[in-house]
Amino acid sequence: MKLNLHIWRQKDKNAAGQMKTYTLDGVEESMSFLEMLDLLNEQLIAAKDEPVNFDHDCREGICGACSLVINGTAHGPQEAVTTCQLHMRSFKGQSDIYIEPWRAKAFPVVKDLVVDRSAFDRIIQAGGFISVNAGGVVDANTFLISKNDADKAMDAAACIGCGACVAQCKNASAMLFVGAKVTHLASLPQGQVEKKERVLRMVKTMQDEGFGNCTNTLDCEAVCPKSIGVSHIAKLHREFLAASLTTTSNS
Amino acid sequence: MQRTFSSPIGMKAVMAVTGLAMVGFLIAHLAGNLLVFAGPEALSAYARGLRKIEGILWVMRSGLILSVFLHIASGIRLSLLNQRARPQKYAVKKRVKSTFAASYMLLSGLVILSFICFHLAHLTFRLTHPEFAALDPFDIYQMMMISFKSPVLCLFYSVSILLLMLHLNHGIASLFQSLGIWHGNINKFVQVLGAFLSFALGIGFLSIPTAIFFNLVQ
Ligand code: HEM
Ligand code: FES
Repeated sequence: MKLNLHIWRQKDKNAAGQMKTYTLDGVEESMSFLEMLDLLNEQLIAAKDEPVNFDHDCREGICGACSLVINGTAHGPQEAVTTCQLHMRSFKGQSDIYIEPWRAKAFPVVKDLVVDRSAFDRIIQAGGFISVNAGGVVDANTFLISKNDADKAMDAAACIGCGACVAQCKNASAMLFVGAKVTHLASLPQGQVEKKERVLRMVKTMQDEGFGNCTNTLDCEAVCPKSIGVSHIAKLHREFLAASLTTTSNS
Repeated sequence: MQRTFSSPIGMKAVMAVTGLAMVGFLIAHLAGNLLVFAGPEALSAYARGLRKIEGILWVMRSGLILSVFLHIASGIRLSLLNQRARPQKYAVKKRVKSTFAASYMLLSGLVILSFICFHLAHLTFRLTHPEFAALDPFDIYQMMMISFKSPVLCLFYSVSILLLMLHLNHGIASLFQSLGIWHGNINKFVQVLGAFLSFALGIGFLSIPTAIFFNLVQ
């Protein structure tokens, strides 16, 4: 395959970036998308050019590091995969590919295609945890959890925090991410104690970080590599409305 | 309370409840207006009948006015927050599951707002047609006949109704999600309901100016 790659280049956080076009020959259909970018970078390095910076780690769809908007879709055209799991055979017959970073005020570009997603970490720090007494390990199965609740919590816990939901949402809303985290813990007995404060604090942090708000377009669930559905956002709405209407503390 | 309604999720809930109230009004309003097909007496009798329950009518009107105000205020506030959340646009951006209707809610809403203003001036305050003054104030039938012979007015009403249809095509399903009602098979039911209701309301309202313009009403 011979490709025209249109890639966002930005020197650092404060520099103005722009789209630059590169021609790349010798791409094979069996290559992963990131291997294709590795090939480009080898050529750029050989030519003493600055390689294209992009995030990646596990390259097997579990860590949530890779993050590219490809031809206008987060993680590219294939459903339920991360960018690292995408292969060039998905681009058969195409010659132009546009590659951009996640775009959101809360995810500032660090360099080229790398964005700073620490806003997600701060949301987790605000409430995405449970408090337990340290000490001896509790016996397995001490807490009885119904299959239904366990399934619900596991579905939500599949979130790898990649941020594709924010990238695709026309409002750069983080509600699918926050919804998954809230549902995960609110479905389990261990999560009950801090249930109300959790949702209030996480929503507040989400707002303060500058994320937008859900308008129910469903684009987030369409690009989620773990197929997390917007029913988690509905759950977030229920949890938040109940907690905010019944809590008087200012936590 | 304050925490609820100053947060985006609370504002969405306000939009949903006020949107639902307005949809309720639209259903009742359409049912009344369709009496035009039953002839002038039926329509005047309906208009007179409404006057008899003036007290209840004012309670409902106040609710409606409040709903319109809160809906628009929250809609504009949220839209501004959402625009601010992505200062740098994408060079290429696709809609995946999102619909055309969902992408242009603010725009369709603002056209509806301008329509509401004109519609009130036209048939409630009767400022646009001086010839209405000569008619019996309950002769709604004749007012419609005079108005919808004008192609410009028909076109303006039709375009506005089509945009209302578009707004509700996303809005009705969306309001359930905003209120947290979206799980299991309910979401499929809600989506079908939204599509059906928006379509039915749109066709119903469109039928009136269209039928009058093409002389299909006796
Ligand atoms: C007859 C008049 C109207 C009706 C029946 C109506 C109905 C609705 C409904 C049911 C929703 C969904 C609420 C939700 O998602 O929670 C909605 C959303 C919305 N409406 Fe309206 N609306 C009307 C007029 C307006 C006007 C005049 C504006 C002007 C600003 C407007 C702007 C919006 C916006 C911005 C949204 C949110 C969009 C989104 O969630 O994607 N609407 N409307
Ligand atoms: S690199 Fe780990 S998910 Fe893609």
